[in-house]
Amino acid sequence: MNWVLDNLDLIGRLSLEHLRLSITPILAGLLIAIPLGWLAHRYRLARGALLTSAGLLYTIPSLALFVIIPPILGISYLSELNVTIALTLFVIAIMARSVADALDSVDGNVRQSAVAVGYGALRRFFTVDLPLAGPVILSGLRVAAASTVSLVTVGILIGVESLGYLFTNGYQRRIVEEIFSGVVMVMLVALLIDLALVALGRLAMPWARRPGRAAR
Amino acid sequence: MNLFLDALAWIVAPERFEGSSSLFVRLGEHLYFTAFSVLIATVIAVPIGYLIGHTGRGRELAVGLSGAARALPSFGLILLLVLVMGVTNKPAAAFTAFVVLAIPSILAGAYAGFEAIERRTINAARAVGMTEWQILWRVEVPLGLPLLIGGIRSAALQVVATATLAAYIGLGGLGYYIFRGLPLGRYDEMLGASILVAVLAIVIDAALALCQRLFVPRGVAAGRTPSLRTAPARRRAMVETSTAP
Amino acid sequence: MIEFTSVSKRFGDGPLVIEDFSLVIPAHKTTVLVGSSGCGKTTLLRMINRMVDPSSGTVEIDGTSVLERDPVALRRSIGYVLQSGGLLPHLRVVDNVATVPRLNGVSRADARARALELLDTVGLDRSLASRYPAQLSGGQQQRVGVARALASDPNILLMDEPFGAVDPIVRAELQQETIRLQRELDKTVVFVTHDIDEAFLLADQVVILEKGGRIVQKGSPSEIIENPANDFVASFIGVDRGARALTIKQTPHGRVLVDDAGRTQGVLVEESAPARRSEGSLP
Repeated sequence: MNWVLDNLDLIGRLSLEHLRLSITPILAGLLIAIPLGWLAHRYRLARGALLTSAGLLYTIPSLALFVIIPPILGISYLSELNVTIALTLFVIAIMARSVADALDSVDGNVRQSAVAVGYGALRRFFTVDLPLAGPVILSGLRVAAASTVSLVTVGILIGVESLGYLFTNGYQRRIVEEIFSGVVMVMLVALLIDLALVALGRLAMPWARRPGRAAR
Repeated sequence: MNLFLDALAWIVAPERFEGSSSLFVRLGEHLYFTAFSVLIATVIAVPIGYLIGHTGRGRELAVGLSGAARALPSFGLILLLVLVMGVTNKPAAAFTAFVVLAIPSILAGAYAGFEAIERRTINAARAVGMTEWQILWRVEVPLGLPLLIGGIRSAALQVVATATLAAYIGLGGLGYYIFRGLPLGRYDEMLGASILVAVLAIVIDAALALCQRLFVPRGVAAGRTPSLRTAPARRRAMVETSTAP
Repeated sequence: MIEFTSVSKRFGDGPLVIEDFSLVIPAHKTTVLVGSSGCGKTTLLRMINRMVDPSSGTVEIDGTSVLERDPVALRRSIGYVLQSGGLLPHLRVVDNVATVPRLNGVSRADARARALELLDTVGLDRSLASRYPAQLSGGQQQRVGVARALASDPNILLMDEPFGAVDPIVRAELQQETIRLQRELDKTVVFVTHDIDEAFLLADQVVILEKGGRIVQKGSPSEIIENPANDFVASFIGVDRGARALTIKQTPHGRVLVDDAGRTQGVLVEESAPARRSEGSLP
């Protein structure tokens, strides 16, 4: 515990840094995944191509991704931008499928009735399809967010500081408390983001609130 | 693109195929870590997952656990276990970490596979007079198999990725080259190894995806012919969402 | 004969879903339990094959309490037809029908041979035997469900809203098939439905239930239509309206029956032929 008490400043600073590094790819990934998911939902051909590449992207281990992306984009591999782009791609890989599935799951009757009462295509997408797909998208986003928070730590291997610093530094200096506090803080940051997402979901989608646990 | 050519040159260079750190040795290590830890995790997780799926008890706990596990930083977990279990027990510590990381997906696959079966089907099996044991083996296990394999698939991906990081503690595997090239700035080596890691992950994933498709009971596949192409993706998505925290 | 005596049931700490229910179900007849959802009719049906055990009271088959029987053996000796067939999706039609004989240790070849005969019995072409359930229409699945229930040649056949999920035309067809099968096979049939017309069509004995499994009225269809026990029954069976509230209208060509909306429903003939089935012959 001594180490933790002596280094509260460091832990706090790294946690904030970690939070910042996590939020950017989560938001950017979601925003990009919505149109991609819509394409996959709407066009059969796009679905095959998009979901296959998303699947491949999702499969590639993060460390390998950190090394493969920079030469393709012509950026330095020792940069925060690299981590942000790689993790954004990772979030897109999960969310494109999740958005497509979510849009698929919208009740066809509801969609037909929206058409019937005279919604235009764009208006219908933003006021009917997307909100109704919201709960499924949200559950996908929670999965993506938790994984992203955990993957940010790998960035320390290419010099991007986050709570991952506590892992490598703690390992080199053989301080168990340091690594342990890093693990705990990563999970706390993930929990914080998850709670924020759930709260946002409840605010934005009041109709999806369940009175209790739905019976199976 | 030059860097990629360099990387390819690095992969096919003669010295990759000889000596104690040849590609074969490193690839063998990587496969061994993955296969062995996924196997152990399966042996542990499947009975528990089946118990949860069959009885419906302990489900909340399992869901919470797999949700929390998703946020568990695998890199930190390995380093932590090495320090806790002692630097001399590195392989044991790494294997423990791999197994811990693999269990939640497999557990989720096992019970989600049971839960995805329609209640009516189970009721019918009970109504015609199957014992609980027969319901388990003749109905739940075959019908739940695709989702279980989906869980094993996620677990294998997780371990392949984590095994790459394990080279940081000197465990070998394909990550070895990445960590050898990193401090020296040898990009051809890092990139070549990264490409190999990516290909390995994709091949393992594809092989398990094929298994998953083969093990869909034929009658179940028959009912889904129109959407056959999108079906496996959905099933995988289901495992993912059902393990959400 | 199946006999319920003072049966009550509550699930967990919940309210009583069945309260002091007693009923005699005669052998070789069709008894239909009918009521709105939540009246406990399916729970009652499931007590017969111990899918549900009563909290108090007894259920006896031919004088032996079902609680003395091993549930698995009991279920294998009773046919059970569920809504939408309840078939096992990963088994072929022939193996679905052969499930119970196979569980009872009959060899695969014998069980399959018997299953093929049963497909004939329920009016399915043998070429469907190697299909999977998902490749059949709803009506065909339902027939397979009936064939499976008959596979061990049970004396008792339980049918739990079996035709609830098929369209009206197929439903009418399956109802006629059920009547034919019952005539040929002479089983003790207990049938659950919320459709009063279906009940009147199939039943020798109709039991109308309300919440808590309380029997509002029981009797042959004729007895109930002729003399509804109270306003609830009258309104439930619709004798005050629609096609069951008929008036006689004199026309130049003879007397016809007219419903409450003024539509002609039938012709009144003197000394009509004997009733379509032996209704009203209950003990």
